[in-house]
Amino acid sequence: MMTFIIPICMLLGPVTIASLLVWGERRLLALFQERYGPNRLGILGIGQLPADMLKMFFKQDWIPPFADKFVFVLAPAIVMATALFSFMVVPIAPGFVVWDSDVGLLLFLALSALGAYAVVLAGWSSNNKYSLLGGLRASGQMLAYEVFMGLSVMGVAARAGSFNLTRIVESQSSCWNIVPQLIGFVIFYIAALAETHRTPFDLAEAESELVAGFHSEYSGLKFGMFFVGEYIGVTLMSAMMAVLFFGGWQGPFWSGPWWFILKTILLIMSFVLVRATFPRARYDQLILLGWKYLFPLALLNLLITGVVILW
Amino acid sequence: MVSLLKGLWLVFKHAFKKPVTEQYPEEKPKLAPRYRGRIVLTRDPDGAERCVACYLCSAVCPVDCIAIQATEDETGRRYPETFRINFSRCIYCGLCEEACPTEAIQLTPDFEMAEYKRENMVYEKEHLLISGPGKYPGYNFYRVAGVSIGGKDTGEGIEEEKPVDIRSLMS
Repeated sequence: MMTFIIPICMLLGPVTIASLLVWGERRLLALFQERYGPNRLGILGIGQLPADMLKMFFKQDWIPPFADKFVFVLAPAIVMATALFSFMVVPIAPGFVVWDSDVGLLLFLALSALGAYAVVLAGWSSNNKYSLLGGLRASGQMLAYEVFMGLSVMGVAARAGSFNLTRIVESQSSCWNIVPQLIGFVIFYIAALAETHRTPFDLAEAESELVAGFHSEYSGLKFGMFFVGEYIGVTLMSAMMAVLFFGGWQGPFWSGPWWFILKTILLIMSFVLVRATFPRARYDQLILLGWKYLFPLALLNLLITGVVILW
Repeated sequence: MVSLLKGLWLVFKHAFKKPVTEQYPEEKPKLAPRYRGRIVLTRDPDGAERCVACYLCSAVCPVDCIAIQATEDETGRRYPETFRINFSRCIYCGLCEEACPTEAIQLTPDFEMAEYKRENMVYEKEHLLISGPGKYPGYNFYRVAGVSIGGKDTGEGIEEEKPVDIRSLMS
Protein backbone atom coordinates (compact mmCIF):
# COMPACT_ATOMS: atom_id res chain seq x y z
CA MET A 1 0.00 0.00 0.00
CA MET A 2 2.71 2.43 1.00
CA THR A 3 4.52 1.69 -2.25
CA PHE A 4 1.64 3.48 -4.02
CA ILE A 5 1.01 6.25 -1.53
CA ILE A 6 4.56 7.51 -1.27
CA PRO A 7 5.15 8.06 -5.02
CA ILE A 8 1.75 9.71 -5.39
CA CYS A 9 2.51 12.04 -2.48
CA MET A 10 5.91 12.82 -3.92
CA LEU A 11 4.36 13.63 -7.30
CA LEU A 12 1.36 15.64 -6.14
CA GLY A 13 3.06 17.40 -3.22
CA PRO A 14 5.70 19.27 -5.24
CA VAL A 15 3.26 20.07 -8.04
CA THR A 16 0.78 21.48 -5.52
CA ILE A 17 3.41 23.55 -3.76
CA ALA A 18 4.80 24.74 -7.07
CA SER A 19 1.42 25.80 -8.41
CA LEU A 20 0.63 27.54 -5.12
CA LEU A 21 3.90 29.38 -5.64
CA VAL A 22 2.51 30.96 -8.82
CA TRP A 23 0.27 32.94 -6.49
CA GLY A 24 2.48 32.78 -3.38
CA GLU A 25 5.50 34.31 -5.00
CA ARG A 26 3.51 37.28 -6.24
CA ARG A 27 2.03 37.80 -2.77
CA LEU A 28 5.41 37.48 -1.06
CA LEU A 29 7.14 39.70 -3.57
CA ALA A 30 4.43 42.29 -3.01
CA LEU A 31 4.87 41.95 0.75
CA PHE A 32 8.57 42.77 0.44
CA GLN A 33 7.78 45.70 -1.84
CA GLU A 34 5.04 47.14 0.37
CA ARG A 35 2.25 46.19 -1.99
CA TYR A 36 -0.65 43.72 -1.67
CA GLY A 37 -0.25 41.57 -4.76
CA PRO A 38 -3.21 39.58 -6.07
CA ASN A 39 -5.73 39.83 -3.21
CA ARG A 40 -9.04 40.14 -5.03
CA LEU A 41 -10.14 36.64 -5.92
CA GLY A 42 -11.11 34.41 -3.02
CA ILE A 43 -9.52 34.34 0.41
CA LEU A 44 -6.22 36.26 0.27
CA GLY A 45 -6.45 36.15 -3.51
CA ILE A 46 -5.91 32.39 -3.71
CA GLY A 47 -8.49 32.28 -6.49
CA GLN A 48 -5.88 33.85 -8.70
CA LEU A 49 -4.34 30.39 -9.01
CA PRO A 50 -7.27 28.59 -10.70
CA ALA A 51 -7.92 31.73 -12.75
CA ASP A 52 -4.34 31.71 -14.04
CA MET A 53 -4.54 28.00 -14.72
CA LEU A 54 -7.78 28.36 -16.66
CA LYS A 55 -6.29 31.19 -18.65
CA MET A 56 -3.26 29.08 -19.47
CA PHE A 57 -5.45 26.14 -20.55
CA PHE A 58 -7.53 28.20 -22.92
CA LYS A 59 -4.70 30.04 -24.61
CA GLN A 60 -3.65 29.06 -28.07
CA ASP A 61 -0.87 26.49 -27.92
CA TRP A 62 1.09 27.82 -30.85
CA ILE A 63 4.07 26.05 -32.38
CA PRO A 64 5.91 28.39 -34.74
CA PRO A 65 6.19 27.00 -38.29
CA PHE A 66 9.94 27.64 -38.29
CA ALA A 67 10.54 25.66 -35.09
CA ASP A 68 11.91 22.16 -34.77
CA LYS A 69 8.61 20.67 -33.74
CA PHE A 70 9.70 17.52 -31.94
CA VAL A 71 12.37 19.15 -29.80
CA PHE A 72 10.13 22.16 -29.24
CA VAL A 73 7.50 19.92 -27.64
CA LEU A 74 10.09 17.82 -25.84
CA ALA A 75 11.82 20.69 -24.01
CA PRO A 76 9.04 21.68 -21.55
CA ALA A 77 8.48 17.98 -20.80
CA ILE A 78 12.13 17.65 -19.79
CA VAL A 79 11.86 20.54 -17.33
CA MET A 80 8.93 18.92 -15.53
CA ALA A 81 10.26 15.38 -15.77
CA THR A 82 13.75 16.00 -14.40
CA ALA A 83 12.50 18.16 -11.56
CA LEU A 84 9.80 15.68 -10.56
CA PHE A 85 12.14 12.70 -10.95
CA SER A 86 14.56 14.24 -8.49
CA PHE A 87 11.91 14.16 -5.77
CA MET A 88 12.23 10.39 -5.95
CA VAL A 89 15.27 10.44 -3.65
CA VAL A 90 14.15 13.18 -1.25
CA PRO A 91 13.43 11.69 2.19
CA ILE A 92 10.56 13.46 3.95
CA ALA A 93 10.43 11.28 7.06
CA PRO A 94 12.24 8.11 8.14
CA GLY A 95 11.23 5.52 5.56
CA PHE A 96 9.01 7.97 3.64
CA VAL A 97 11.03 8.10 0.44
CA VAL A 98 10.28 6.64 -2.97
CA TRP A 99 13.69 5.15 -3.57
CA ASP A 100 16.10 4.97 -0.65
CA SER A 101 19.04 4.94 -3.02
CA ASP A 102 22.69 4.74 -2.06
CA VAL A 103 23.50 7.17 -4.87
CA GLY A 104 20.60 9.55 -4.10
CA LEU A 105 22.72 12.67 -3.99
CA LEU A 106 24.49 11.80 -7.23
CA LEU A 107 21.17 11.05 -8.91
CA PHE A 108 19.86 14.45 -7.84
CA LEU A 109 22.95 16.19 -9.22
CA ALA A 110 22.71 14.26 -12.49
CA LEU A 111 19.01 15.06 -12.96
CA SER A 112 19.49 18.72 -12.18
CA ALA A 113 22.25 18.84 -14.80
CA LEU A 114 19.87 17.20 -17.27
CA GLY A 115 17.33 19.91 -16.51
CA ALA A 116 19.63 22.46 -18.11
CA TYR A 117 19.18 20.57 -21.40
CA ALA A 118 15.55 21.61 -21.47
CA VAL A 119 16.51 25.27 -21.58
CA VAL A 120 19.20 24.72 -24.19
CA LEU A 121 16.91 22.61 -26.38
CA ALA A 122 14.04 25.08 -26.02
CA GLY A 123 16.31 27.93 -27.07
CA TRP A 124 17.70 25.94 -29.97
CA SER A 125 14.47 24.51 -31.33
CA SER A 126 12.61 27.83 -31.21
CA ASN A 127 14.76 28.97 -34.14
CA ASN A 128 14.69 32.51 -32.87
CA LYS A 129 17.79 34.55 -32.17
CA TYR A 130 16.72 35.71 -28.71
CA SER A 131 15.75 32.19 -27.71
CA LEU A 132 19.03 30.88 -29.02
CA LEU A 133 20.97 33.49 -27.03
CA GLY A 134 19.01 32.44 -23.95
CA GLY A 135 19.82 28.80 -24.61
CA LEU A 136 23.50 29.60 -25.15
CA ARG A 137 23.61 31.51 -21.90
CA ALA A 138 21.94 28.62 -20.10
CA SER A 139 24.57 26.20 -21.38
CA GLY A 140 27.46 28.48 -20.41
CA GLN A 141 25.85 29.15 -17.05
CA MET A 142 25.32 25.43 -16.51
CA LEU A 143 29.01 24.70 -17.05
CA ALA A 144 29.87 27.38 -14.53
CA TYR A 145 27.58 26.42 -11.67
CA GLU A 146 27.20 22.67 -12.03
CA VAL A 147 30.84 22.08 -11.07
CA PHE A 148 30.85 23.95 -7.79
CA MET A 149 27.33 22.80 -7.03
CA GLY A 150 28.53 19.21 -7.01
CA LEU A 151 31.66 20.08 -5.05
CA SER A 152 29.80 22.13 -2.44
CA VAL A 153 27.75 19.13 -1.28
CA MET A 154 30.71 16.76 -1.25
CA GLY A 155 31.60 18.05 2.22
CA VAL A 156 28.15 17.01 3.39
CA ALA A 157 28.54 13.59 1.78
CA ALA A 158 32.00 13.21 3.35
CA ARG A 159 30.67 14.01 6.81
CA ALA A 160 27.85 11.49 6.45
CA GLY A 161 30.11 8.97 4.76
CA SER A 162 27.36 8.22 2.26
CA PHE A 163 25.48 9.54 -0.76
CA ASN A 164 22.30 8.14 0.71
CA LEU A 165 20.11 11.11 1.61
CA THR A 166 18.43 9.32 4.52
CA ARG A 167 21.89 8.58 5.92
CA ILE A 168 22.86 12.22 5.42
CA VAL A 169 19.85 13.38 7.41
CA GLU A 170 20.59 10.89 10.17
CA SER A 171 24.20 12.10 10.35
CA GLN A 172 22.90 15.53 11.38
CA SER A 173 21.14 14.33 14.51
CA SER A 174 23.54 16.15 16.84
CA CYS A 175 24.32 19.24 14.75
CA TRP A 176 22.83 20.46 11.48
CA ASN A 177 25.24 20.65 8.58
CA ILE A 178 24.63 24.37 8.23
CA VAL A 179 27.09 24.99 11.10
CA PRO A 180 30.17 23.02 10.01
CA GLN A 181 29.35 23.36 6.29
CA LEU A 182 28.34 27.02 6.18
CA ILE A 183 30.58 27.76 3.19
CA GLY A 184 29.21 24.71 1.43
CA PHE A 185 25.67 25.93 2.10
CA VAL A 186 26.34 29.41 0.73
CA ILE A 187 27.92 27.98 -2.39
CA PHE A 188 25.09 25.49 -2.84
CA TYR A 189 22.53 28.26 -2.38
CA ILE A 190 24.14 30.37 -5.10
CA ALA A 191 24.30 27.32 -7.35
CA ALA A 192 20.64 26.61 -6.60
CA LEU A 193 19.71 30.14 -7.66
CA ALA A 194 21.59 29.61 -10.93
CA GLU A 195 20.17 26.13 -11.38
CA THR A 196 16.57 27.28 -11.10
CA HIS A 197 17.22 30.28 -13.37
CA ARG A 198 15.98 32.80 -10.85
CA THR A 199 17.04 36.36 -10.29
CA PRO A 200 19.89 37.35 -9.88
CA PHE A 201 20.95 34.56 -12.26
CA ASP A 202 17.97 34.38 -14.64
CA LEU A 203 20.25 35.17 -17.55
CA ALA A 204 18.61 32.62 -19.82
CA GLU A 205 15.36 34.57 -19.82
CA ALA A 206 16.59 38.11 -18.99
CA GLU A 207 13.45 39.83 -20.27
CA SER A 208 15.07 43.25 -20.52
CA GLU A 209 17.63 41.91 -22.98
CA LEU A 210 16.21 38.78 -24.61
CA VAL A 211 12.42 39.31 -24.74
CA ALA A 212 11.74 36.18 -22.67
CA GLY A 213 14.92 34.29 -23.50
CA PHE A 214 14.56 30.61 -24.15
CA HIS A 215 10.76 30.58 -23.83
CA SER A 216 10.02 33.57 -26.08
CA GLU A 217 8.23 31.36 -28.59
CA TYR A 218 6.32 29.29 -26.06
CA SER A 219 2.67 29.88 -25.29
CA GLY A 220 -0.26 28.24 -23.59
CA LEU A 221 0.33 25.12 -21.59
CA LYS A 222 3.92 24.64 -22.80
CA PHE A 223 4.83 28.01 -21.33
CA GLY A 224 2.91 26.97 -18.23
CA MET A 225 5.12 23.92 -17.93
CA PHE A 226 8.24 26.08 -18.01
CA PHE A 227 6.62 28.39 -15.51
CA VAL A 228 5.58 25.67 -13.06
CA GLY A 229 8.76 23.74 -13.81
CA GLU A 230 10.76 26.66 -12.48
CA TYR A 231 8.74 26.61 -9.26
CA ILE A 232 9.11 22.85 -8.96
CA GLY A 233 12.85 23.45 -9.33
CA VAL A 234 12.69 25.99 -6.51
CA THR A 235 10.76 23.55 -4.35
CA LEU A 236 13.24 20.80 -5.16
CA MET A 237 16.25 22.96 -4.34
CA SER A 238 14.65 24.09 -1.08
CA ALA A 239 13.84 20.49 -0.18
CA MET A 240 17.40 19.42 -0.97
CA MET A 241 18.83 22.24 1.14
CA ALA A 242 16.56 21.24 4.00
CA VAL A 243 17.81 17.66 3.68
CA LEU A 244 21.48 18.42 3.15
CA PHE A 245 22.08 21.35 5.48
CA PHE A 246 19.11 21.75 7.85
CA GLY A 247 18.67 18.23 9.17
CA GLY A 248 15.65 17.20 7.10
CA TRP A 249 12.84 15.97 9.33
CA GLN A 250 14.85 16.50 12.52
CA GLY A 251 13.84 19.39 14.70
CA PRO A 252 14.69 20.51 18.23
CA PHE A 253 11.48 18.74 19.37
CA TRP A 254 8.71 16.59 17.82
CA SER A 255 10.84 15.48 14.90
CA GLY A 256 8.74 14.61 11.91
CA PRO A 257 7.86 15.48 8.32
CA TRP A 258 6.31 18.79 9.43
CA TRP A 259 9.79 20.05 10.26
CA PHE A 260 10.92 19.12 6.77
CA ILE A 261 7.95 20.90 5.20
CA LEU A 262 8.44 23.97 7.40
CA LYS A 263 12.12 24.21 6.48
CA THR A 264 11.33 23.75 2.80
CA ILE A 265 8.71 26.50 2.84
CA LEU A 266 11.02 28.90 4.69
CA LEU A 267 13.76 28.23 2.16
CA ILE A 268 11.33 28.82 -0.72
CA MET A 269 10.47 32.16 0.91
CA SER A 270 14.17 32.97 1.07
CA PHE A 271 14.32 32.41 -2.71
CA VAL A 272 11.58 35.01 -3.13
CA LEU A 273 13.42 37.37 -0.77
CA VAL A 274 16.56 37.04 -2.89
CA ARG A 275 14.53 37.79 -5.99
CA ALA A 276 13.02 40.85 -4.35
CA THR A 277 16.44 42.17 -3.37
CA PHE A 278 19.03 41.61 -6.07
CA PRO A 279 19.19 42.87 -9.64
CA ARG A 280 20.20 40.54 -12.43
CA ALA A 281 23.92 39.77 -12.59
CA ARG A 282 25.65 40.22 -15.92
CA TYR A 283 26.36 37.09 -17.91
CA ASP A 284 30.15 37.24 -17.58
CA GLN A 285 29.87 38.14 -13.90
CA LEU A 286 28.20 34.83 -13.08
CA ILE A 287 30.79 32.83 -15.03
CA LEU A 288 33.60 34.82 -13.40
CA LEU A 289 32.10 34.34 -9.96
CA GLY A 290 31.67 30.65 -10.61
CA TRP A 291 35.08 29.76 -11.96
CA LYS A 292 37.30 32.23 -10.13
CA TYR A 293 35.79 32.37 -6.65
CA LEU A 294 33.17 29.74 -5.88
CA PHE A 295 34.92 26.82 -7.59
CA PRO A 296 38.20 27.24 -5.62
CA LEU A 297 36.21 28.00 -2.49
CA ALA A 298 34.23 24.78 -2.87
CA LEU A 299 37.44 22.82 -3.37
CA LEU A 300 38.94 24.48 -0.30
CA ASN A 301 35.83 23.68 1.70
CA LEU A 302 36.04 20.02 0.65
CA LEU A 303 39.75 19.94 1.50
CA ILE A 304 39.25 21.39 4.99
CA THR A 305 36.29 19.10 5.64
CA GLY A 306 38.42 16.14 4.62
CA VAL A 307 41.27 17.23 6.86
CA VAL A 308 38.93 17.68 9.83
CA ILE A 309 37.31 14.28 9.32
CA LEU A 310 40.60 12.43 8.91
CA TRP A 311 42.42 14.27 11.70
CA MET B 1 29.19 39.84 0.81
CA VAL B 2 28.24 41.84 3.90
CA SER B 3 26.53 44.45 1.76
CA LEU B 4 24.52 41.71 0.04
CA LEU B 5 23.31 40.43 3.41
CA LYS B 6 22.54 43.98 4.48
CA GLY B 7 20.42 44.39 1.36
CA LEU B 8 18.57 41.17 2.10
CA TRP B 9 17.90 42.29 5.66
CA LEU B 10 16.64 45.68 4.47
CA VAL B 11 14.20 44.10 2.05
CA PHE B 12 13.12 41.61 4.72
CA LYS B 13 12.34 44.46 7.12
CA HIS B 14 10.05 45.97 4.51
CA ALA B 15 7.82 42.90 4.80
CA PHE B 16 6.55 44.26 8.13
CA LYS B 17 5.62 47.69 6.84
CA LYS B 18 2.12 48.61 5.87
CA PRO B 19 1.56 48.38 2.11
CA VAL B 20 1.26 51.74 0.41
CA THR B 21 -1.31 50.46 -2.08
CA GLU B 22 -4.69 52.19 -2.03
CA GLN B 23 -7.46 49.61 -2.39
CA TYR B 24 -9.27 51.74 -4.91
CA PRO B 25 -12.89 50.71 -5.26
CA GLU B 26 -13.29 50.30 -1.48
CA GLU B 27 -10.95 53.09 -0.52
CA LYS B 28 -11.61 56.23 -2.55
CA PRO B 29 -8.69 58.54 -3.23
CA LYS B 30 -8.72 62.00 -1.69
CA LEU B 31 -8.87 64.41 -4.59
CA ALA B 32 -7.93 68.08 -4.41
CA PRO B 33 -10.74 70.61 -5.04
CA ARG B 34 -8.92 71.73 -8.16
CA TYR B 35 -8.60 68.18 -9.51
CA ARG B 36 -9.39 68.22 -13.20
CA GLY B 37 -12.04 65.58 -13.76
CA ARG B 38 -15.51 65.44 -15.27
CA ILE B 39 -16.59 68.72 -16.89
CA VAL B 40 -19.86 70.35 -15.81
CA LEU B 41 -21.87 73.39 -16.86
CA THR B 42 -22.90 75.50 -13.87
CA ARG B 43 -25.78 77.88 -13.23
CA ASP B 44 -26.14 81.36 -11.79
CA PRO B 45 -27.16 81.74 -8.13
CA ASP B 46 -30.67 82.53 -9.42
CA GLY B 47 -30.80 79.33 -11.45
CA ALA B 48 -30.25 80.55 -15.01
CA GLU B 49 -27.61 79.05 -17.25
CA ARG B 50 -24.25 80.79 -17.06
CA CYS B 51 -23.08 79.74 -20.51
CA VAL B 52 -23.41 82.49 -23.12
CA ALA B 53 -22.33 80.27 -26.02
CA CYS B 54 -19.31 82.40 -26.88
CA TYR B 55 -17.45 79.37 -28.37
CA LEU B 56 -14.24 80.29 -26.53
CA CYS B 57 -14.00 76.88 -24.87
CA SER B 58 -14.52 74.99 -28.10
CA ALA B 59 -11.99 77.26 -29.78
CA VAL B 60 -9.33 76.76 -27.15
CA CYS B 61 -9.89 73.02 -26.79
CA PRO B 62 -6.71 71.37 -28.10
CA VAL B 63 -8.50 68.15 -29.06
CA ASP B 64 -11.70 69.75 -30.38
CA CYS B 65 -13.95 67.74 -28.13
CA ILE B 66 -16.50 70.52 -27.43
CA ALA B 67 -19.30 71.19 -29.92
CA ILE B 68 -21.74 74.12 -29.33
CA GLN B 69 -24.67 75.59 -31.20
CA ALA B 70 -25.59 79.08 -29.97
CA THR B 71 -29.03 80.61 -29.93
CA GLU B 72 -30.86 83.51 -28.24
CA ASP B 73 -33.96 83.68 -26.16
CA GLU B 74 -36.66 86.34 -26.62
CA THR B 75 -34.89 88.84 -24.33
CA GLY B 76 -31.70 88.67 -26.38
CA ARG B 77 -29.83 86.52 -23.92
CA ARG B 78 -27.45 84.07 -25.63
CA TYR B 79 -27.37 80.45 -24.55
CA PRO B 80 -26.21 77.17 -26.11
CA GLU B 81 -28.87 75.23 -27.98
CA THR B 82 -26.64 72.18 -27.87
CA PHE B 83 -23.54 71.73 -25.77
CA ARG B 84 -21.76 68.47 -26.45
CA ILE B 85 -18.49 67.20 -24.92
CA ASN B 86 -16.91 64.03 -26.25
CA PHE B 87 -15.18 62.65 -23.16
CA SER B 88 -13.49 59.91 -25.10
CA ARG B 89 -11.42 62.69 -26.66
CA CYS B 90 -11.15 65.09 -23.72
CA ILE B 91 -7.69 65.27 -22.18
CA TYR B 92 -8.85 67.14 -19.05
CA CYS B 93 -6.37 69.95 -19.63
CA GLY B 94 -8.69 72.58 -18.11
CA LEU B 95 -8.10 75.15 -20.85
CA CYS B 96 -11.86 75.46 -21.42
CA GLU B 97 -12.33 76.42 -17.77
CA GLU B 98 -9.58 79.05 -18.10
CA ALA B 99 -11.04 80.44 -21.31
CA CYS B 100 -14.62 80.70 -20.04
CA PRO B 101 -15.55 84.38 -19.38
CA THR B 102 -18.64 83.52 -17.33
CA GLU B 103 -17.23 80.66 -15.16
CA ALA B 104 -19.86 78.42 -16.69
CA ILE B 105 -17.70 75.46 -17.64
CA GLN B 106 -15.86 73.88 -14.72
CA LEU B 107 -13.85 70.74 -14.07
CA THR B 108 -14.78 68.67 -11.02
CA PRO B 109 -12.94 66.10 -8.88
CA ASP B 110 -14.76 63.11 -10.38
CA PHE B 111 -13.00 60.64 -12.64
CA GLU B 112 -15.29 57.60 -12.45
CA MET B 113 -16.72 57.89 -15.93
CA ALA B 114 -16.12 54.39 -17.29
CA GLU B 115 -18.72 53.22 -19.81
CA TYR B 116 -19.39 49.99 -21.63
CA LYS B 117 -20.29 51.75 -24.87
CA ARG B 118 -18.18 54.34 -26.57
CA GLU B 119 -21.22 56.39 -27.57
CA ASN B 120 -22.06 56.91 -23.92
CA MET B 121 -18.87 58.90 -23.52
CA VAL B 122 -20.47 61.74 -25.48
CA TYR B 123 -22.23 63.98 -22.95
CA GLU B 124 -25.05 66.22 -24.13
CA LYS B 125 -26.09 69.46 -22.47
CA GLU B 126 -28.60 67.81 -20.16
CA HIS B 127 -25.83 65.53 -18.87
CA LEU B 128 -23.41 68.39 -18.33
CA LEU B 129 -25.70 70.95 -16.73
CA ILE B 130 -25.79 70.88 -12.95
CA SER B 131 -28.23 72.75 -10.73
CA GLY B 132 -25.71 74.75 -8.66
CA PRO B 133 -23.07 77.43 -9.18
CA GLY B 134 -20.05 75.15 -8.75
CA LYS B 135 -16.82 76.70 -7.49
CA TYR B 136 -18.07 80.32 -7.64
CA PRO B 137 -21.20 80.48 -5.45
CA GLY B 138 -22.00 84.20 -5.63
CA TYR B 139 -20.97 84.95 -9.18
CA ASN B 140 -23.57 86.06 -11.67
CA PHE B 141 -22.16 87.19 -14.97
CA TYR B 142 -25.11 89.33 -16.12
CA ARG B 143 -25.24 91.18 -12.78
CA VAL B 144 -21.69 92.53 -13.33
CA ALA B 145 -21.50 92.57 -17.11
CA GLY B 146 -22.91 95.98 -17.99
CA VAL B 147 -24.98 94.83 -20.93
CA SER B 148 -28.69 95.25 -21.05
CA ILE B 149 -30.56 92.04 -21.00
CA GLY B 150 -34.07 90.87 -20.18
CA GLY B 151 -34.87 91.83 -16.57
CA LYS B 152 -31.80 94.04 -16.21
CA ASP B 153 -31.19 97.27 -18.01
CA THR B 154 -27.86 99.05 -18.42
CA GLY B 155 -26.81 100.59 -15.13
CA GLU B 156 -28.80 98.23 -12.93
CA GLY B 157 -25.93 95.85 -12.24
CA ILE B 158 -23.81 95.56 -9.12
CA GLU B 159 -21.42 98.50 -8.64
CA GLU B 160 -22.67 99.90 -11.90
CA GLU B 161 -23.71 103.53 -12.24
CA LYS B 162 -26.55 104.79 -14.37
CA PRO B 163 -25.39 105.84 -17.83
CA VAL B 164 -24.64 109.52 -17.97
CA ASP B 165 -26.89 111.59 -20.25
CA ILE B 166 -24.15 113.43 -22.14
CA ARG B 167 -26.51 116.07 -23.50
CA SER B 168 -27.59 117.12 -19.99
CA LEU B 169 -24.11 118.56 -19.38
CA MET B 170 -24.59 121.20 -22.08
CA SER B 171 -27.60 122.91 -20.49
